[in-house]
Amino acid sequence: MELILPFLIGILFSASLYLILHRHFFKLILGLILFGLATNLFLFVIGRLTRGGSAIIGQGENVATEPFADPVPQALLLTAIVIGFGIQAFAIVLIKRVYQSFGTTDLDDMSTTDQIEENH
Amino acid sequence: MFLAILAGFLLAFAAPLLYRWLGKWVYVPMALLPFSIFIYLLTLAPAVLAGNNLGELHAWAPSLNINLHFFLDGLSLLFALLITGFGTLIMLYAGGYLKGHPLLGRFYLYLALFMTAMLGLVLAGNIISIFIFWELTSISSYLLIGFGHDKESSRNSALQALLVTGLGGLALMGGLILVGMAGETYTLSELLDRGDMVTNHALYLPALVLVLLGAFTKSAQFPFHFWLPNAMAAPTPVSAYLHSATMVKAGVYLLARLTPVMGGTNEWQYTLMVVGGITTVLGALLATQHTDLKAILAYTTISALGLLVTMTGIGTAPALEAMVVFLLAHALYKGTLFLVAGNVDHATGTRELTQLEGLSGSMRYTAIAALLAGMSMAGLLPFFGFIGKELLYEATLQESPFRWMLFAVSFFSGMVFVAVAIALGYGIFWRRSASPTPLQHADKALLYLPPVLLACTGLVFGLLPGFFVTPLLQRAAEGMLGVEQVFELALWHGFNLVLGLSLLTVLLGYVVYHFSNRLLSYANRFNRLYLFGPANLYQMGLKGFLKGATKITAFIQNGYLRSYIAAIITAHIALVVLSLWRNGPRLELVNRLPELGQLRMYEVVLLLMIVPALIFLFKSRSRLTSIAIMGIIGYSVALFYILFGAPDVAATQLLIETLTVVIFVLILHKLPAFTYLSHASERYKYVLLSLAFGAMMTYVILIVKQYPLDSQLKAYYGESSYLLGQGRNIVNVILVDFRALDTLGEIVVLAVAAIGILAMLKLRMQKGDKS
Repeated sequence: MELILPFLIGILFSASLYLILHRHFFKLILGLILFGLATNLFLFVIGRLTRGGSAIIGQGENVATEPFADPVPQALLLTAIVIGFGIQAFAIVLIKRVYQSFGTTDLDDMSTTDQIEENH
Repeated sequence: MFLAILAGFLLAFAAPLLYRWLGKWVYVPMALLPFSIFIYLLTLAPAVLAGNNLGELHAWAPSLNINLHFFLDGLSLLFALLITGFGTLIMLYAGGYLKGHPLLGRFYLYLALFMTAMLGLVLAGNIISIFIFWELTSISSYLLIGFGHDKESSRNSALQALLVTGLGGLALMGGLILVGMAGETYTLSELLDRGDMVTNHALYLPALVLVLLGAFTKSAQFPFHFWLPNAMAAPTPVSAYLHSATMVKAGVYLLARLTPVMGGTNEWQYTLMVVGGITTVLGALLATQHTDLKAILAYTTISALGLLVTMTGIGTAPALEAMVVFLLAHALYKGTLFLVAGNVDHATGTRELTQLEGLSGSMRYTAIAALLAGMSMAGLLPFFGFIGKELLYEATLQESPFRWMLFAVSFFSGMVFVAVAIALGYGIFWRRSASPTPLQHADKALLYLPPVLLACTGLVFGLLPGFFVTPLLQRAAEGMLGVEQVFELALWHGFNLVLGLSLLTVLLGYVVYHFSNRLLSYANRFNRLYLFGPANLYQMGLKGFLKGATKITAFIQNGYLRSYIAAIITAHIALVVLSLWRNGPRLELVNRLPELGQLRMYEVVLLLMIVPALIFLFKSRSRLTSIAIMGIIGYSVALFYILFGAPDVAATQLLIETLTVVIFVLILHKLPAFTYLSHASERYKYVLLSLAFGAMMTYVILIVKQYPLDSQLKAYYGESSYLLGQGRNIVNVILVDFRALDTLGEIVVLAVAAIGILAMLKLRMQKGDKS
């Protein structure tokens, strides 16, 4: 598994980036969610995998005994997932709002605010 | 000295308030400050004239050897007296000139700011503080030139002056730092003794180029002379003060100041002599081609600055002596003439030489001032300008391979000076005229007193050169030469070659004046030459710069999100590949292949769920299907977390995944049908980029996992989470106990997102939007 997961993460990153690079707002959101997933997995795998033993101290013991999973990446992940959810929810409401206001979900139709006029 | 500077800045910013309280009497406190500094400097003068250099040190950034260090020797005293003495008169004059102007308070703010900056520049004893005051003078000059900001020409002139002198300032900073590196100190008094060390250093040449660039832009030397005539858009008091007597002389001051440090080499001498010579001739030539009083004065100022630079370049004792004498003489008569031009403009409403005549009857005192200053400028006996001119000629005629060339240059400019002096001092005032130009405003005491005073000073200095002036100028020249100077200033040297040449100058100058109309008629022929002039180059450069900047901005900031992201990702890949390629470890994959055998069945099943799901995601054209597929992928990842000992993470992931799907379904049914917006031509590019990014991330993980993880944290939390945190689930203890503040931050982020969502949902669109 240690060998397969990096490839899986690479595939997830590729797919999510490709979705992000689309013109469609909806695909952008899908890409963002996938990118979040891939990043979380990336962190998790970088922190080393431990089969079985979870990061819980057994009943009647005072300290955790090996093998137990590294709790630090897990704590990080929990935070990341929750914040990622905040972003996702915001983006989903935003796309609805944008469609209501501008009647489009094409990102290229929303590029004018960031462009400067060339002839002045 | 520190207090004087501080008081100047304070008064500058109090000026608008004072104007509100005192009305037109605001000039009283404004003039009182430079006057009291002038008196204060005079009390210091005996010590300086006795040969002592005064210093005053306030630590600023001592670790960088940058201090608020003040240093007063003969040279700085000469300039400081000029600045404050002149400043007093200008402050008075401005009160009359801009009387009733609604922005007079602001004008005084700029003017006092400039005066203080200039004072700081000449008193600074640390080359970094010299630079800081130098830049302050550029900025305040910009504000003053652009004072009439409702006129476009005035805004452009201000910007031009700022850009040119600002460019020079930047070069100067580099140059001064190099000088500091070469001399191993930024303290001026120490640098003055280390001239050999600096001139023999490898950095001398670049430092020289940069410092000269700074000095030449500030002092309007060729080819940077073009900003000065344009700067005449400023109100006349400013032209008189900044652009003839003080600021443009900052470059000359810097050259004089650094003469003991950087001077004496061939590079120094030849550059200054060539640039100064060209500027002298060019300024004189252009002065004959204009009829606007201020333009004529501006070009003769350029010519005079060129002479000063040339003299500094020659660098012999007589040349530097001539330089300080001419500097003082020029400040006195040129300042007077500028004020006279301002009076004429104010009274008649025009500055055109050809429209002005017979003003002596209606503007008696101004006319007297103009006559006195004109005679000084022409170098007539017994004015101070005469002494200056004599010394100039003497200095150029010293034994040197270029003596005739140098003499020709100063002779030519002297001739033009005489012609201009006759035109201004005599022509528009005293020449008999049947129809004198009518006045719109009468001459006022506040307007004619300052020029009369200045002109009389020129006469008094000429008659009594031995009193105070000679010792001061001796000390000033000593500041440049490093050895004590003794010279006698006298009006009468007997009949000799120089006197004859002086007479010849006056005669030929009169001839030039006589034929000035014919000279003016040649003006059109030069127009084609101006196309290649530096002023035009500046315009083209500025336009091209703006165009280029717009193009680059439009290219980089094109409004397309995907190109921004593509740029970020490309740069990221490039950096990682670069660092891996240069000294990254090699990936050893082959001997890890046996690990594949440890794969378990359910792990393979999860893989088999995710990869086909992704393929379906790309194929799907329905929004609902896409959402469902996202759910599958999310749940599969959650199962991975369970398999590898992270039940909490898995639970959270499952919850969040469910919530996301619910929100999606709730919101997205209102959206239009899922259209497939393709960008066929760009698609392959993006596919490649995505694949490269994925491959890079995979490679990074594999590389990282080749090395053992050395984490003290895991052991620490494993041991202490129950003993210290009283919890058995280590992850939970970390979140709510060890790193509780982080969790609080996370909650805040969620709350902010919630507020944002609420705001978006409640937001009422303006009319015309369907919502």
